[in-house]
Amino acid sequence: MTGLFRRWALDVPLVALALLLSLFGVAMIFSAGVLNVPSPVVQGAWIRQLVWLAMALGVFTAFSRIPVRWYEWAAVPGYLVAVVLLAGTLVMGQGSGSSAGVQRWIEIGGFRFQPSEVGKIATILALARYLAFRERSPTGLRDVVAPSALVGLPLVLVLLQPDLGTAFAFVGILFAGLFWAGTPIPVLLFMASPGLGLVLSFDTRVWSAYMVFLALGLFLYRFRLYLVESIAVALANVVAGTVAMPVWSSLAQYQRNRLLVFLDPALDPRGAGWNLIQSKVAIGSGGLTGKGYTEGSQKRLDFLPEQHTDFIFSVIGEELGFLGTSLALLAFLLLLARLIRLAEQLSDPFAGLVLFGMLGSWLVHIFVNVGMTIGLVPVTGIPLPFVSYGGTFLLMCWLSIGMAVRMAREE
Amino acid sequence: MKKFPPLQRRRRGQVALLLTALMMGILVAAFFRAQVLRSSTWSLQSDSNRLRLLTLPAPRGTIFDRNGLIVADNVPAYSISLLPAPRDSIAASLQRMREYLPISDARVEQLMATFGRYSRQPLLVTSDAAFEHVAALEERRADFPGLFMEMRPKRRYYGGEAMGHVMGHVGEVSARELETERFRDYSRGMVVGKDGLERSYEEDLQGSQGIRFVEVDAVGRIVGAFEGESSEDPEPGADLQLHLDMELMEWIHAIFPQGMRGALVALDVEEGGVLALYSNPSFDPNDFVGGIDTEAWQRLNEDPDRPLFNRAVLGLYPPASTWKLATAAIALDLGVVDAEGHMPIACTGGLNWGNRYWRCWNPRGHGSLNLVEALRDSCNVYFYQLGLRVGLERMLNEATRLGFSNECGVDLPRESRGIFPAGLDFWEREFGYRANESEVLSLSIGQGPNSQTPLKMAQFYLGLARGGSAPAPQLARTESALPEAWTMDLTSENVEWLLEGLRMVVRPGGTAFMSSLEHFDLMGKTGTAQNSDDPETPHAWFAGMAGPWGGDPEIVVVAIVEAGESGSAVAAPLAAKAADFYLRRKHGIPVDTIQTLREHYQAGRPAPWAGRQ
Repeated sequence: MTGLFRRWALDVPLVALALLLSLFGVAMIFSAGVLNVPSPVVQGAWIRQLVWLAMALGVFTAFSRIPVRWYEWAAVPGYLVAVVLLAGTLVMGQGSGSSAGVQRWIEIGGFRFQPSEVGKIATILALARYLAFRERSPTGLRDVVAPSALVGLPLVLVLLQPDLGTAFAFVGILFAGLFWAGTPIPVLLFMASPGLGLVLSFDTRVWSAYMVFLALGLFLYRFRLYLVESIAVALANVVAGTVAMPVWSSLAQYQRNRLLVFLDPALDPRGAGWNLIQSKVAIGSGGLTGKGYTEGSQKRLDFLPEQHTDFIFSVIGEELGFLGTSLALLAFLLLLARLIRLAEQLSDPFAGLVLFGMLGSWLVHIFVNVGMTIGLVPVTGIPLPFVSYGGTFLLMCWLSIGMAVRMAREE
Repeated sequence: MKKFPPLQRRRRGQVALLLTALMMGILVAAFFRAQVLRSSTWSLQSDSNRLRLLTLPAPRGTIFDRNGLIVADNVPAYSISLLPAPRDSIAASLQRMREYLPISDARVEQLMATFGRYSRQPLLVTSDAAFEHVAALEERRADFPGLFMEMRPKRRYYGGEAMGHVMGHVGEVSARELETERFRDYSRGMVVGKDGLERSYEEDLQGSQGIRFVEVDAVGRIVGAFEGESSEDPEPGADLQLHLDMELMEWIHAIFPQGMRGALVALDVEEGGVLALYSNPSFDPNDFVGGIDTEAWQRLNEDPDRPLFNRAVLGLYPPASTWKLATAAIALDLGVVDAEGHMPIACTGGLNWGNRYWRCWNPRGHGSLNLVEALRDSCNVYFYQLGLRVGLERMLNEATRLGFSNECGVDLPRESRGIFPAGLDFWEREFGYRANESEVLSLSIGQGPNSQTPLKMAQFYLGLARGGSAPAPQLARTESALPEAWTMDLTSENVEWLLEGLRMVVRPGGTAFMSSLEHFDLMGKTGTAQNSDDPETPHAWFAGMAGPWGGDPEIVVVAIVEAGESGSAVAAPLAAKAADFYLRRKHGIPVDTIQTLREHYQAGRPAPWAGRQ
């Protein structure tokens, strides 16, 4: 039996952890449907998720049998198809449920799916293909322009849907890929600095200190950077820190809200605050050991929003307590650690880069999704890998696992 | 790329693992803090306890007049609300509440209807409860589940009736307003500007609501504030500075002929701002705060004098002789007349033109006059001939360019558009016949199809006082200077001729001499406009300006008194007294109630200026 599992799974730790998380997800989706006033949508969701999981395991089996070179060949055409699909989504996409105002789904032959999920995999492969075929590792800011553009195109298309959360995942893919390709860490930091500056500019003193550090960093690293690059970094930071913030503060509250709603229409700013508080109450009242499986009172009274999709972790927090949340996070850590371990063992640059692309994407998904339930990051609609309800995403997660074990096995 | 060396892979892998572990660690730490360290904060008192979201209204911005006096501010008031509960429970609470709080049957019905529509939001029973009622309810709090009392800012207006029309009033946002684009970010129960400046500057004055969470038990009683999430404080609205002079408004309110309908507009020559904009009769905006009672509303609405109607910007009156200045200015602007030249036909009490005899108001005739004399005597015959020189089409074009067939663009929510033919097709459209040149004769003396608001006439006189251009009048002071709405090509010499004509009106022999002032040089034009309701009692106009002797005019004043019969006897002293009150304070001369020449005579005081030329 174990031998059979080993032969099917190819890599037991990774697949076992993914399976564990998926089944845990089904169980929590079942619990999310246990309400005092039953809702037909949420109630049957766990059965549909179970069906999706069965399909996902089929997808895993199939994709774990495809040779790595095939993925390499498919990378460029796959990327082009994904970009066309993403562009097509903007034209003929549909909303759904709470995300009725956005274009995220596309229907082909009666089959509805989210091109942005396909886009992530395609972008991971294309980035890996590009970086693996370069002569040498990126060393300066000029070397990261092309890969940034490669990831930036689908990112912008996703942002236009608009889907801020998924767009973040593309940023994770880019940074993880560049990191594994050997880009010096200071260069990555300079790349990220305008974004960091934007966040820090909410406090003038913190931002001033940050700018001093940035200038110092640029000065110390001057031998490895062209002058133009240093100026570009400094300029981007100044713009992000000085222009963005005053413009933002000059806006009236309702204008800010509109801007936020524009970035993510699924979110009603006042409603989002309300959802977040309910989520925090649910998690906080869970305490150390939780209120017991299916017993969450906040959830039962339907106070939790999107409880089977984006806010599934609130249900975990309320019913299983701190023990449940920390164990779930530990499971994710082990899964990601295994992914890193596999990448370390791979001498093929392409395969290693693909694994790191997955790592970047999932890390963002986990951090943003879990972080938002407790108010650590702003509320954006982004699902939790393997656990949240959602067909396309589950399928793509398992497809990634399939590729990962295949690449590990071929080495 | 050549294969990554194992050592490099290992090092990068370690860094990646460290980073991943760090991020997971941050999340675990956050959950540890929320679920273990601060769990008690988040745990509600009991499982049946729930959170309720309450909104905290923001105080509206304070409004100041030009001298820094507060025109409108906020005072605390008690509001009484019921938190969402089943219908029967709300109805029972309201019935029991009537023992301690006066609520009419109609109000209960209205409240239950509101509850029916918005059953998930707190129901506001009253926003302005008396303290003794609040105290009585507070003592019996246990009997009223979901009772919620708080202090809320309440609008207070200082000027009372003097400022009613300018301020407008506030009230709860209506369901219909909420459907409009302008109020899309508002929510039910918010207090908004309904009219006047409160309406025009609603977005600035509003501020933004705060939110607070309270915890309630199973029957809806408030258990306490919720500690888990800090509340968001309301942000007060922005303050508003006005050009308006509140003391001047109060003065006008005090001196306006009792029981008469009419309006008075005063503009500041230097900046073009509105110093006073008064309509009589008026209303007290304080009556509207917290909801006007039905009886008072009915009284205001059914009053035949229409106190809610702002005559200064909505009332349309034939400008009559005050318009002759416009004819004169247009003629000078076009260069068809020389101010010192006389018209070919002297006034003998009328003019034969076409197949009609066109009368002057004075059947004895004025003789041969120049422009200044014609303005002084308001001679129709002179202006008939001047109108013919301008020509009908040019008259229409020029007057339209000066905005006489449009609104002024004042910063009030509603303003009437002046009625004046914008082109020759006007007659065909309105009256069904083609206009012939004789129309220009009526138009040149301010008759015919011509009706203007007092504000529009004031804006035109302002243009002359400023040497040929005027901005759209504004009540609120903005940072940028007001852009000119129109300009005329008048030489300073021509302007001086026109002002000299107005000055003569208030000199010995002029119709408004009795309204002349001791300390200031008043000039203006009286007018007597046909009253369509009662031809026997025409409307009285005065349009003019005043300033220090020998200096430039500093204030433009236009007054109209409906059915006032005589411009010189009723409107001119009103305008003169308003101008004098403003200028005395501006120039540091003590204010006195004996102002005009007539008042000096009546009070038996010497009037040394009466002989001055």
